Amino acid sequence: MDLAFTKEEQAFREEVRSFFRDNVPPDTRRKLVEGRHLSKDEMVTWWRILNKKGWGVSHWPKQFGGTGWTSVQHYIFNEELQSYPAPQPLAFGVSMVGPVIYTFGNEEQKKKYLPRIANVDDWWCQGFSEPGSGSDLASLKTKAERRGDKWIINGQKTWTTLAQHADMIFCLCRTDNNAKKQMGISFIVFSMKSKGVTVRPIQTIDGGVEVNEVFFDDVEVPIENLIGEENKGWDYAKFLLGNERTGIARVGVSKERIRRIKDLASKVESGGKPIIQDAAFREKLAACEIELKALELTQLRVVADEGKHGKGKPNPASSVLKIKGSEIQQTTTELLMEVIGPFAAPYDVHGDDGSNEAMDWTAQIAPSYFNNRKVSIYGGSNEIQRNIIAKAVLGL
Amino acid sequence: MDFDLNEEQRLLKESIDGLLTDSYDFEQRKKYMKEKGGWSKAVWGKLAEQGLLGLPFSEADGGFGGGGVETMIVMEALGKALVLEPYLATVVIGGGFLRHAGSDAQKAAHVPAIIDGSKTLAFAQVEKNSRYDLFDVATTAKKKGDGWVIDGEKFVVLNGENADTLIVTARTKGDRRDKTGVGVFLVPANAKGVTKKSYPTQDGLHAADITLTGVEVGADAAIGNPEDSLGLIERVVDEARVALCAEAVGLMDESLKTTVEYIKTRKQFGVAIGSFQSLQHRASDMFVAAEQARSMSMFATMASDFENAKERANAIAAAKVQIGKSLKFVGQQSIQLHGGIGMTMEAKIGHYFKRLTMIENTFGDTDYHQRRVADAGGLI
Repeated sequence: MDLAFTKEEQAFREEVRSFFRDNVPPDTRRKLVEGRHLSKDEMVTWWRILNKKGWGVSHWPKQFGGTGWTSVQHYIFNEELQSYPAPQPLAFGVSMVGPVIYTFGNEEQKKKYLPRIANVDDWWCQGFSEPGSGSDLASLKTKAERRGDKWIINGQKTWTTLAQHADMIFCLCRTDNNAKKQMGISFIVFSMKSKGVTVRPIQTIDGGVEVNEVFFDDVEVPIENLIGEENKGWDYAKFLLGNERTGIARVGVSKERIRRIKDLASKVESGGKPIIQDAAFREKLAACEIELKALELTQLRVVADEGKHGKGKPNPASSVLKIKGSEIQQTTTELLMEVIGPFAAPYDVHGDDGSNEAMDWTAQIAPSYFNNRKVSIYGGSNEIQRNIIAKAVLGL
Repeated sequence: MDFDLNEEQRLLKESIDGLLTDSYDFEQRKKYMKEKGGWSKAVWGKLAEQGLLGLPFSEADGGFGGGGVETMIVMEALGKALVLEPYLATVVIGGGFLRHAGSDAQKAAHVPAIIDGSKTLAFAQVEKNSRYDLFDVATTAKKKGDGWVIDGEKFVVLNGENADTLIVTARTKGDRRDKTGVGVFLVPANAKGVTKKSYPTQDGLHAADITLTGVEVGADAAIGNPEDSLGLIERVVDEARVALCAEAVGLMDESLKTTVEYIKTRKQFGVAIGSFQSLQHRASDMFVAAEQARSMSMFATMASDFENAKERANAIAAAKVQIGKSLKFVGQQSIQLHGGIGMTMEAKIGHYFKRLTMIENTFGDTDYHQRRVADAGGLI
């Protein structure tokens, strides 16, 4: 047992860190620190910088543009990226559909889609959840019917993150109504520019527009856009959801936010002195930091285990990462709210895209708090994670 | 970065787990409790035979040169089996003082007897008003000729009832809460002026309140610098905290396992109660708490080798906080999920709960250590 990073790993961390220092556009970083949303251009610009460096799809196999890093290197990269902070790669392309395509897609699909995913020539979105299918995803109803050399798609998806920017969607569609619900689903990809696709934004409680409803009305999709085998889509979806494990705890994000809390708490006064000197506040912050330290170690245990024993089956311990990671992220946003006190109230009617620089950036703290309620809901709600632990780990 | 045990450590784990599986089930434990002193000399002898009592001592001192990881392995196993024998008091704490600051003569006088199991030790530190502050010492050691005269009262001295030798903190100068002027002294338990009031503790161990009245010891009784040993005390107590963290992890593992087994078999409304989602989620949260505790136990184990005393103390304090929170949740919920049977002395789960609870109140509780981490500026 040796919990220290090796010299090589430390050097790697320095390399990554200095690359971010030299290459992340300062305005992009500032907006992230202040909790603002980025424009599509700002994100794509950064991802292309990352891709040019060869780090855009770091965890992909080498032949498709990956880096061949060890699990620990991936961990370090993610942590540095999150805590710098810089925008994380677009998960829908890089972490979700990409691995499905290189694992289950045919040669033509690999050639056609993978380089465009890596360079974000296509912005991908995820068509999984439906109004009636949230945690019970397999009950989804969006239908794909085979007509000649086309799929005809009808139905509705929801919570589709950043669909307003998307060029492509990967979609779970029902292709067999008679089979058991998990067995009649196929994984189909198509252009968001197709006729019959309508995107309706959903404003969330933070005031922002991150998610959308997407409607499909007789959308025609070429038959070759099916990934893998017909009616095997549920397997690919499970593969996809279990694939991205190391970033799930978002330790770097919480670390960055704790630094911000400390910075702010040393400036904002309470009782005539900086609130960081208030014993009750400081102990609450310390409690959060300790939880985060424990989470970081737990994550490293999962990472080390992966490195040693291969990725193989999803490690149920990643449910621990999801539960604690989301709770801690939420706690950090609560602490920020506590720090700014009455100044949590002002609402920036211009939204959080940074267009209204005159508005004090503390105006983003309450929205960030509201927005972060999502992290215990998405990606398999924390209650679903508890079900997973109960079944897969405890055998209940 | 490697969380796995190496070959030797794996063998150590197998050997202690094997020994305890054979000789420490719940029924056997009940018998040991009834033996004189409240623990089994035979089991202690077996631990000595397997070299476990010599584990952390250097090879030059007749030990095996084990480090933090080796102690973690042993303490986890002792926790899992709810062991009564005074490993913490004798090997971890007593041994710790001797390893870090004992003179050659002191080591020669005590270490071989610890290793062969013929002698046990006890750490007399807690005072009426000291609570968890290690520097808060009212007991005095006054110079007399070459030696010292010790006067004071010590409380809840673990293994104080049985120990052959006491390790006593006493003030050689300054006021009660001064950080300098505290010394550490080896005092034979049968020295003139030592009186003991012994009692069992809530968790089935044995302790004593010890009064020292004009106890005379020689110059060679002081371990380290008698006028400035707070650093030494902090170091050894930090190691004890790390050991307690590992013991708690073992206790939590066994509590969770026992509880999950119970809710799989206990039937109500015609089904196993473990099929109810509210209980499943509670058990999942217990698993999360236990895993977070395990992570911090490993972190603390690593930190016990930090050269920087501040970083070491901060990391170990953080671990004790996590362990404290986790053990309270796992302990309490183990009883809750067992229902009425969890309230009885005959079920083993309550005994695990009680030991866990006492660990929280040993060498600083959650609030105490959380304050220390906060005062040190946190961890990030």
